[in-house]
Amino acid sequence: MNTEAIKELLYKMADDLLIIGHRNSEWTGLGPILEEDISFSSMAQDKIGQAQALYVLLHDLGEQEPDTVAFTRNANQFHNAQLVELPNGEYDFSLMRHFLYDHADQLRFEALANSTYEPLAKVARKVKGELKYHVFHANTWVTKLGLANQESHDKMQHALNHAWNYALGLFEPSANEAALIDESIFIGENTLQEQWLQNITPVLLKAGLTIPNPSTWNPIVGGRIGIHTAHLEPLVEEMSEVFRYDPTAEW
Amino acid sequence: MYGNAYIDPNDKAAMMLAGEDPQKLAEFEARIARGEKIEPKDWMPKEYRKQLIRMIEQHGHSEIIGALPEGTWITRAPGFKRKLALMAKVQDEVGHAQLLYSAAETLGKSREAMINDLITGKSKYSNVFNYPAYTWADACIIAWLIDAGAIINQVANAKGSYGPYCRALDRICTEESFHLKYGHDNVVTLATGTPKQRELVQAALTRWWPPIMHFFGPSDKISNHTEILMKWKVKMATNDDMRQQFLNMYVPKIWDLGLTLPDPNLKKNEEGKWEYTEPDWEEFKRVINGGGPCNAERLAVRRNAEERGRWVREALNTADSKYMVPLA
Repeated sequence: MNTEAIKELLYKMADDLLIIGHRNSEWTGLGPILEEDISFSSMAQDKIGQAQALYVLLHDLGEQEPDTVAFTRNANQFHNAQLVELPNGEYDFSLMRHFLYDHADQLRFEALANSTYEPLAKVARKVKGELKYHVFHANTWVTKLGLANQESHDKMQHALNHAWNYALGLFEPSANEAALIDESIFIGENTLQEQWLQNITPVLLKAGLTIPNPSTWNPIVGGRIGIHTAHLEPLVEEMSEVFRYDPTAEW
Repeated sequence: MYGNAYIDPNDKAAMMLAGEDPQKLAEFEARIARGEKIEPKDWMPKEYRKQLIRMIEQHGHSEIIGALPEGTWITRAPGFKRKLALMAKVQDEVGHAQLLYSAAETLGKSREAMINDLITGKSKYSNVFNYPAYTWADACIIAWLIDAGAIINQVANAKGSYGPYCRALDRICTEESFHLKYGHDNVVTLATGTPKQRELVQAALTRWWPPIMHFFGPSDKISNHTEILMKWKVKMATNDDMRQQFLNMYVPKIWDLGLTLPDPNLKKNEEGKWEYTEPDWEEFKRVINGGGPCNAERLAVRRNAEERGRWVREALNTADSKYMVPLA
């Protein structure tokens, strides 16, 4: 078992979840309707709980406590894809990001439910049940807003165009991935991306939305190795503000 | 949290019953006296409907506005345990608004109309949310003591006469009791923590004491108007009674933690009643009328959220959508 490769996988997954959960939680009190406020908050809680479960696995592999890992690292020590750190923008972008991200995550956790690394497989079997609802929520809303009227359609198409290359960055290959594939720990990012395209294409088609022309695809990568947009640093500083106020304290 | 809407004492009692059928009114009052609940399709006096809409609506507004000062601390909550708990708590508050708006809708005012009256400043919300939550400890004090005050108010109102409101309040109170535990646990952690944490929580408590004393509103003027509302079980307890109950339950707990309250006159007298320095009611009025530190900001944030979400609501409002009276 290649521990370094497993840690690499766990870190990027956990950081994705923590950061998107944090972003989703920023909708609390500000959603377009109360029901959506509540939905985004629910999903945020799931994501942050899932992140915590993965940081616990990392701790079991010798990394620091989940709180220390999540609340004391600097932005360049995070391995999330840049997609999840982008500001919420308007509801169209938040919703489209949620759609693109959660489809990928659902497939990732479904694959990991059969991982030969049993601690992760166990977590994945629980998480994939939660993600089913996140994807259901995303599909429902993307379809509804894609078709409702010209304004909502245009906004959703624009959000898709804007998010697309960042979403492709979710599948940035990791250095030790071959070892994970060899040991049947994880199916690998390329396979995941193929499955993802297969899953999102019919939903977007049904929503009347068009995937950008493949000739324009240009995955925005770097997040997995700590290269981030300018948006992550203020997020991380805000997240750890109280925790760092008195590092000796129990909160 | 947060239902401390109060009845406008300036309404003329004589106006209240104008034009009501005396026989229907007598039957209505007899039902309430027997402890029956009034349901949406039952006959009710116009004034009963009006006061309930105002009260439930204000309560709903207080929930969504109340989500703002605490919500800003979700992104800063220290550690997974606190972050997850605060997210769940604030989500509950937004859920309470949803329940309350549904209850008010059964009386004939739509959620859209209520939210519109909120953002235009026509209808009010709990005054405490016009004060800022400067630090993490402020959010903890709110979760403990403002929710505690709200529970006292809501437990009383849950025994009122309007069925949908009572049922909403029963559910709300169950969730609030967890919020109270969450808030208490946080304050205990800070009060028994490092010197920096103690300093933080003491400062927050000192800051929040005047708004907490304001929370239940000024002493009720005993008027015919108030008497009728109490007979109709719209108003269930006087402001002073609720304030006494709050002081009795929470001042000893605060003192037990070694925290101090900024009122040298605060003590329980020989008759078991709490004595205190009368809060500054001029300040209370000033804040209700828009002069508090955060009134403008809170409404601006809410207005902005409504504006940004407009296209989503319009997209939902398609030709095949129709209005349904909520089940409450």
